[in-house]
Amino acid sequence: MSAAVSNDPLHPPGLASIDAVSATLASVGYIATRPIATAVYLAQHLRKPVLIEGPAGVGKTELAVSIAKSLQHALIRLQCYEGLDDSRALYEWKYGKQLLYTQILKEKIGQLIGDTDGLQGAMGKLASFQDLFFSRDFLQPRPLLQAMEQDGGSVLLIDEIDKSEESFEALLLEVLADYQVTIPEIGTIQAHVPPLVILTSNNTRELGDALKRRCLHLHIGYPDAVLEQRVLRARVPGLPETLLTQLVAFIQLLRLQNIRKPPSMAESVDWARTLLLLHADALDEALVRDTLNVLLKRETDIAEVAPNLGQLTQSALQVANQPGVAATSRTPA
Amino acid sequence: MDSHLGLQAGLDSQLAGFIRALRAAGAEASLAEAIDAARAVALVGYGDRDTLKCTLAAALAKSEEEKGICDEVFELFFKLPERGRPDARKADGEGDGEGEGEAPRTGDAEVDALLDLAQQQQAGDPQAMAAALQRAGQKAGVDDIRFQSQSAYLTRQLLEQMGIRKLEQLQQQLNQAGDENVEATTDDGRTALRQALAAARAQLQRQARAHVDQRFALFGKPATEAFLREVAVERPLGRMSPADMDRMKAAVARMAKRLAQRHSHRKRILLRGQLDLRRTIRANAGHDGVPVSLHFKHKRVDKPRIVAVCDVSGSVAAHVRFLLLFLYALKGTVADLEAFAFSNRLRDVGPPLDLLPFDDAMNLIIRDVGGGSTDYGQAWQDLHDQHWHLIDGRTTVLVLGDGRSNQTNPRLDLFAELTARAKRVVWLSPEAEGRWGTGDSALLAYRPFCTHLSHAANAGDLERAIDEALSAYG
Repeated sequence: MSAAVSNDPLHPPGLASIDAVSATLASVGYIATRPIATAVYLAQHLRKPVLIEGPAGVGKTELAVSIAKSLQHALIRLQCYEGLDDSRALYEWKYGKQLLYTQILKEKIGQLIGDTDGLQGAMGKLASFQDLFFSRDFLQPRPLLQAMEQDGGSVLLIDEIDKSEESFEALLLEVLADYQVTIPEIGTIQAHVPPLVILTSNNTRELGDALKRRCLHLHIGYPDAVLEQRVLRARVPGLPETLLTQLVAFIQLLRLQNIRKPPSMAESVDWARTLLLLHADALDEALVRDTLNVLLKRETDIAEVAPNLGQLTQSALQVANQPGVAATSRTPA
Repeated sequence: MDSHLGLQAGLDSQLAGFIRALRAAGAEASLAEAIDAARAVALVGYGDRDTLKCTLAAALAKSEEEKGICDEVFELFFKLPERGRPDARKADGEGDGEGEGEAPRTGDAEVDALLDLAQQQQAGDPQAMAAALQRAGQKAGVDDIRFQSQSAYLTRQLLEQMGIRKLEQLQQQLNQAGDENVEATTDDGRTALRQALAAARAQLQRQARAHVDQRFALFGKPATEAFLREVAVERPLGRMSPADMDRMKAAVARMAKRLAQRHSHRKRILLRGQLDLRRTIRANAGHDGVPVSLHFKHKRVDKPRIVAVCDVSGSVAAHVRFLLLFLYALKGTVADLEAFAFSNRLRDVGPPLDLLPFDDAMNLIIRDVGGGSTDYGQAWQDLHDQHWHLIDGRTTVLVLGDGRSNQTNPRLDLFAELTARAKRVVWLSPEAEGRWGTGDSALLAYRPFCTHLSHAANAGDLERAIDEALSAYG
């Protein structure tokens, strides 16, 4: 830590300043807003996890993937689900291997303790071997432990933490606060290079205060028109500029409609790709109608929007045609 | 490794003030989070406003709602100080022959300092003025402001802390001197000085007032608002002014959220005695299959299911708005809530509560359902005929009404069947206990069947009663 080495995994130059973070993420096609870049920068320098909340498909998981990719750090992903427990998240003993080894070594044990005289001696001899079976060789590290052991730097993504049970949050506290895992048989394993931890939540349940207190918090909402255009430019190269403006205007309008699941960034990217594939140059009602199922994933939402699709398309085209207006932000309330 | 990011700088007064303002506005910021914020600010500094805003939001606000509060408080707290308009001053073009950059000297250091402040502000550099106001404001206790009416007093206190009295004395002396010998007033320097003093005083006055107003917006308003909300929660439901109603909306929304949060956790009960074979085998593989540690089966406890039946007839007209408001708020947060309203016929009011903004939903419900004369018997009959499938051993039925049924048949038989079928029946009456059973009230007849019957006179009562009803699912 004395001299700053350029490839020091503790201080990656890509995260040296907030602008550097933006630039680093941009290099892999992730357009980071100021709050996002600030949160990542703070996470790195305060050594605190970031909890990201927001609707599905706005790039929460993508952020972790992009950080790992741009820094060329290992990405270790822990997908949460109901019933997730410590043997799936932290570590597990390789029971099969332990059993196999005891079977193989059965005869050897006979030889070993054969020459001892009396029970005492045999016990003593065995005691010196028993730790063999609870050593690193028989330990199966799961994501959390894996992340502690990455010396080249890593990004630990704990995805959809809200899907797990509350008891699992408690399990995370030690890992998140001290970057260490305690294994009773071996001891405490401390991370040499603390991973950059990203937790994501879709807010299906309220997370505990203890967890929230330990994290920096970032909320990513639906993008505004300017940001959406930038992201689409980065993600879907080759999209004609007129079409880009029009489709962003349309999506921004669509989000204001009374629908259950508004299209998010992921859907806009899919739609842009679809339109590119269809060699479309401009939006029209028929095109929108044919491809609407890429944007809206609920039957009721499609039914809700279908009657005034023509009008929506018209107003989107109008918005797109007004220079300047197309670029103003139109985030839904 | 991060000792250099520690708290050598301490929690500086700016940040401490911000956190205090944040708490006053209703966001919870713990000490640990405050320390995080201090470390974060030590890292990014106060240089860039946008960065500072993002930083504070990341460290202190831990939900979307708190983010909103945090941004609002930030805008107020770190308000861009008002810049002087140097060009406007030039356009005025009078009495500033003594040069732009130099404030006139009076020979008194303190007064000079004030003149300098005003001068800098005028010249477009408001930082010094802001800092001086901040310092003096702390001494004068401006942050303790609670009511708008205090602002004039506190402004004066603030100005005195800054040492305005000396300036005023000097002004007076000059004026008297001017009166005594007329030729002295022609003295250019003296006139200029007098004008400069007057201008500086006006400037200080304006800035101090703005500072106090800003502090009121930060600390006074939220405190007053929170106090009034508290009062509204304890106010009898029948006597609500429109302003109370608005406050109530906020309070009730908060209550409903709290209730939903407290009761939305899916609980599990351990069933002792029933082995979970799969988990046990897996857990004991390491012991060569010898079951050393046992795993038992769990039973999931269902989330509470509520069927709310609300009387919206004339006899409870004063309370209807509120009862519906509570249903509306609950509907937004409790997933499994069926809401019905009746006067003579029962209607499902779930869709309007779900889809419309509150005022529209309420008007619609009162227009559609509210007209008839109350008939509880008919309501039970409708519930029985159309919605009986909603009620089973997991349902809590919440009845909001006074039990005044216009001497019609209360249909105790149906009500008894209902209570037998549901898990619990909680009845909340807006009437006090003494009036139960008087006149056409059938409440005492219903009483033996209810799991819980109580008088809910205000929002606080209602919250307690519903909390109790929900916690039955232990």
